[in-house]
Amino acid sequence: MSAATKPASTEAALTMSGAEVVLRALKDNGVEVIFGYPGGAVLPIYDALFQQNAIRHILVRHEQAAVHAAEGYARSTGKVGCVLVTSGPGATNAVTGLVDALMDSIPVVCLTGQVPTHLIGNDAFQEADTTGITRPATKHNYLVKKSGDLARVVHEAFYVAKSGRPGPVVIDLPKDILINKAPYTEPPIAAHRSYRPQTEPDAEQIRKAVRLLKAAKRPIVYAGGGVINAGPEASRLLTEFVRMTGFPCTNTLMGLGAFPSEDPHFVGMLGMHGTYEANLAMHGCDVMLNIGARFDDRVTGRLNAFAPNSKKIHADIDPSSINKNVPVDVAIVGDAGRVLAALIECWKAEDAPQDKHVLTAWWRQIDEWRAKDCLRYRQSGKIIKPQHAVKRLYEITKELGRETFITTEVGQHQMWAAQYFGFQKPNRWMTSGGLGTMGYGLPAAMGVQIAHPDALVIDIAGEASILMNIQEMGTLAQYRLPVKVFILNNEYMGMVRQWQELLHGGRYSESYSAALPDFVKLAESFHAKGIRVTDADDLDAGIREMIAYPGPVIADIAVAKDENCFPMIPSGAAHNEMILGEDQEGGVAGVTDEGKVLV
Amino acid sequence: MSEAGNAQRAATIAVLVENEAGVLARVIGLFSGRGYNIDSLTVAPVDETGRISRITVVTSGTEMVIEQIKAQLDRLVPVHKVSDLTLEGPHLVRELALIKVVGRGENRVEALRLADAFRARVVDATTESFVFEMTGAAEKIDAFCALMRPIGLAEVSRTGAVAIARGPRGLS
Repeated sequence: MSAATKPASTEAALTMSGAEVVLRALKDNGVEVIFGYPGGAVLPIYDALFQQNAIRHILVRHEQAAVHAAEGYARSTGKVGCVLVTSGPGATNAVTGLVDALMDSIPVVCLTGQVPTHLIGNDAFQEADTTGITRPATKHNYLVKKSGDLARVVHEAFYVAKSGRPGPVVIDLPKDILINKAPYTEPPIAAHRSYRPQTEPDAEQIRKAVRLLKAAKRPIVYAGGGVINAGPEASRLLTEFVRMTGFPCTNTLMGLGAFPSEDPHFVGMLGMHGTYEANLAMHGCDVMLNIGARFDDRVTGRLNAFAPNSKKIHADIDPSSINKNVPVDVAIVGDAGRVLAALIECWKAEDAPQDKHVLTAWWRQIDEWRAKDCLRYRQSGKIIKPQHAVKRLYEITKELGRETFITTEVGQHQMWAAQYFGFQKPNRWMTSGGLGTMGYGLPAAMGVQIAHPDALVIDIAGEASILMNIQEMGTLAQYRLPVKVFILNNEYMGMVRQWQELLHGGRYSESYSAALPDFVKLAESFHAKGIRVTDADDLDAGIREMIAYPGPVIADIAVAKDENCFPMIPSGAAHNEMILGEDQEGGVAGVTDEGKVLV
Repeated sequence: MSEAGNAQRAATIAVLVENEAGVLARVIGLFSGRGYNIDSLTVAPVDETGRISRITVVTSGTEMVIEQIKAQLDRLVPVHKVSDLTLEGPHLVRELALIKVVGRGENRVEALRLADAFRARVVDATTESFVFEMTGAAEKIDAFCALMRPIGLAEVSRTGAVAIARGPRGLS
């Protein structure tokens, strides 16, 4: 590494404090915004921040929110999100956000303060073993014990966070390291000593994949968050590939927006609350092309019944994702964009003709499944169906034509948002997929709005989830962030209630949202606008009023309390055993005891 | 799943890592966090600068699990190289043990006789004890300890396995 780093002139180098070196390194890695919360151990960085203008600091109200905001920033821009928190409780509060970013492969660099090096291990005030605690919560972490390592570690952290399969990286910074003078070195040019992820796919594997795909009678493309992480060009290539081949395409929850939802090749999201046609196409396919998805348990259902008669091709940048849950026939390690480009090129070069006739038959079958109209619901009377609320929100934003970003909390509202809100472009949809973190949506929306000040940013929320990080209404007020919080208020932790109804005999243990605040007054007390809608006839007006208001808004939409989220693959069931809504035939099937133990 | 099989196998895996703080905790945490077995684990720096350490881990699992263990190890940032010695061909496995045997009279004579047969060396002796040093495969040390048990085995300290491939090919 030393050969590749150019030390700045030595005398100049030692005029900077560690804190100044950190900020300079952030700037040289393209950081414009940092989400944070001050405390004793990071005071030197806050002092340095005060004396510069290159990096903007956004003061959150809780460290967990700082990480989610950085995630929202990262997911909507493709850049690395940056976080600054203090030692001890600052770091432990950030852990949920870090695990969230790890599970969803979001690039975040989190700077944590630490007690000075000579006090480490002494149970000093606000000391915590941050690298120990965050080791399984991060892609990688560092404790800087020598001033000479400081600049290199920050540069390396950004490289690790954004390359390969992205993820969160923690840098633990003892206070003496921040105060003492430290040398600055420019970001390195040479490769990392040990970490060199493979991005270029193997040509032979690509050829094998194309041969399988050309001969496929019932193909399906199953694309996930890896396509989004590979940048907008990867989404463009995915769209090109699907249109060129005429294959049906489904997206995971993380992959929504990677393929335009309004394209006729799109069969909807797959998985536990995916569409009937997507899941049956997965079950019935003969060749599956998985790009940038990880055969998550929400997607596969019962593993031994997953796509039983298919050849599987799996392209992923992380070799450990391949053959982890599902053994595959062709494994391609590489960046989703590079893989798609190679597939397109190879598809065009291969002479073997594609049998369009059998593909037509496959589409006829898919159209039959589609005709079930599995997302159908009946909106009648004054009580607002939650599905209807999301659908109208989508239609109205589409009609307005503004650049729109959606974040969510976790639960039923999240699934309805995924089902009824359409995404035509990548990076417009931010949701906590892997970890399922309630309280994600509001801070994530803050991060998105910071990155896109003129865009319409809406957090589709539930009344229970929103309370988990409601303090961030203060951040919205301070920075005049016009985020819209769209609460589907059914006065239940809806998904918990739904599982209790389906699996636990309707014993609604502790899932009722008692003693809710008046969300209108709550909004007003945080200098925002509050709107409450209780009548279906007022829904559109409420949505329009929310969008038109120039500042932050909480729109509290009272929805049907006992609505369930369908379709659903019950836990432990296979794709072809999915249950449709109450309005559809089949009704709610029983769940086996084996299924009950699954989450 | 079925064709992947549920047959378990043992694997001796060599891992070259950057010798930095916390690297061993990362490897051990990966095994405990993901529920993999560790039968033994050894670690020490192996290059002239002390920057690279070699970890030898003996584990077991289905083929799919062992492939997963290797992939998970390989994606740790400070890991340079992961090698499945069991899969890659002929290799040597050795373990060092220090074995304390306490006794008097005929038992002492018998202990020395057995040690001779196993090529264990006496590295410490008092009038009522011996410490034997032996190297070998784990099974050989197991067998030696089993024989010593009735004649005064008092304490055993073992390194766990270290391993290296036969032939000219190196791991780096």
